[in-house]
Amino acid sequence: MPKTPATAILQIARNTSGARIVLDQVTKSYANQPVAAVENFSIAAEPGELIMFVGPSGCGKTTTMKMINRIIEPTSGSISIDGRDVLSLDPHELRRHIGYVIQQIGLFPHMTIAENIAVVPKLLGWTKEKTADRIDELLTTVELDPREFAHRYPKQLSGGQQQRVGVARALAADPPVMLMDEPFGATDPITREKLQAEFLRLQETLGKTIIFVTHDFDEAVRLGDRIAVLSGRSQIEQFDTPANILAAPANDYVASFIGHGAAIKRLTLIPVTEARLGPASESSGGPVTVRATDSLRDALDSLVLTGLGALTVLDFDGVAIGSISMERISAVLGAQVPSAPTGLPPAAADRP
Amino acid sequence: MTQFDFGRLLHFWETRGPDIVGLVVEHISVVAVSLLIAMIIGVGVGMLVWDRPLPRSTVIAAAGVALTIPSLAMLALLIPTFGLGWTPTIIALVMYSLLPIVRNTVVGLREVAPAVMESATGMGMNKFTVLFRVQLPIAWPIILTGVRVAAQLTIGVAAIAAYVAGPGLGTFIFRGLSSLGSVNALNFALTGTLGVVLLALIVDALFVAITRYSTSKGLRA
Repeated sequence: MPKTPATAILQIARNTSGARIVLDQVTKSYANQPVAAVENFSIAAEPGELIMFVGPSGCGKTTTMKMINRIIEPTSGSISIDGRDVLSLDPHELRRHIGYVIQQIGLFPHMTIAENIAVVPKLLGWTKEKTADRIDELLTTVELDPREFAHRYPKQLSGGQQQRVGVARALAADPPVMLMDEPFGATDPITREKLQAEFLRLQETLGKTIIFVTHDFDEAVRLGDRIAVLSGRSQIEQFDTPANILAAPANDYVASFIGHGAAIKRLTLIPVTEARLGPASESSGGPVTVRATDSLRDALDSLVLTGLGALTVLDFDGVAIGSISMERISAVLGAQVPSAPTGLPPAAADRP
Repeated sequence: MTQFDFGRLLHFWETRGPDIVGLVVEHISVVAVSLLIAMIIGVGVGMLVWDRPLPRSTVIAAAGVALTIPSLAMLALLIPTFGLGWTPTIIALVMYSLLPIVRNTVVGLREVAPAVMESATGMGMNKFTVLFRVQLPIAWPIILTGVRVAAQLTIGVAAIAAYVAGPGLGTFIFRGLSSLGSVNALNFALTGTLGVVLLALIVDALFVAITRYSTSKGLRA
């Protein structure tokens, strides 16, 4: 049975915990430019997945993302959310069900924080009580005290606080899909790391389908379930999990984008418990220990700092469960890379 | 030439008190009516042309030309079609008010940060909603500044309107000038001029208060 566009939007909206997004052969070209901005872009994001688009500036990653909520209209190709063709829906109605966060945040300066968050609920005709409850809930979620912040104006907030409001505002109507365009790009490194950690925790409970654009590969590794490494015209050079991309870059372009220190970056993704821990007696002892929840990178950091051969690993209760050493960390990486020193094909072995 | 006598001026004010108040009320009324009309036209036109380069430059250029016409000439040109009195006065004042109001409306609407515009669209507002819920409130203090400039301009020009038998304090100024040498000539001219200056100062202070009161706290510096 054919569905009217209005009910199609409602069906997308009802699926608050993530929808499947499919872009098929999407192209965007501008009349005055000989080369397409985006050419034959195809990708599928599963419900609840956090997909990172990473690439240099001007590669078309933002253009690609903005076609999903039709801020930019594709020249050809199809885009669907939960199987429903986005291009046949009313763009304004559609956007009310897609969270949108941009780097410059774009909070409305003449509205209080509460009014900013209430914009989409108002457009959707929510009752005052429902909207007010939602504002309280969201401000608490992004760790801003509603009593303190609801009635402030954007200019009275720090950059990091404003970006939290930006995320809360995008989540207002509990959309199944979120589009985020370098949302943490303009904040200082310390604030950024904090926002990233909070965002990851948030996503664990919300399970939205998120398209996240960044030029920072480390951010992509830290946040993404899968990463699409893009080159000019938004061509996908590799689309895989962070671990797989770090372990086996598809080509030189991806390798160059990862940059130096791929092994170290991989260590950040692996918990200490993934390593084959040695007996606790192997540890050189000392006050510095490693917790079971830490990453191998944290373990390496402590090893380098102390200069010891091995460190004790403690579980949640502070009981020693084994020891970790440089060799054991290397073994984890070696085991995951088919082309590790032991089994290198001759050609690859010559690489610096 | 009559000598200036402060005592006689006070006596003039005493005897002519009701006349003076009547003229001040007329002056305020003609300025207020003209500003209201100019605001409706000016803000409306500004909202129509702000994002269209050609109509925008055309409208601002046309409003600029109106401002260059000397007020006496403008009033004289209006007599054949509109006669004497309130009508030509209001038309002239509206024409002088349009430039600052239209230009400030256009500037205000255009100066809204691109990120604010993009997030408004990205949240599902249509062009109309963006204009009324986002752009207009943000541009409001700038638009009001345009109206404030127009108010200063029209309070002055309205004094000339007595030339076409228009209302307001200009009546006194012209009567004084045309009866130079008579006992009260200086008193007439002085009273009219002082009234216009005082009115301009009071209205300006009023606009500062209105702007402050009607602008969102989030926009105040």
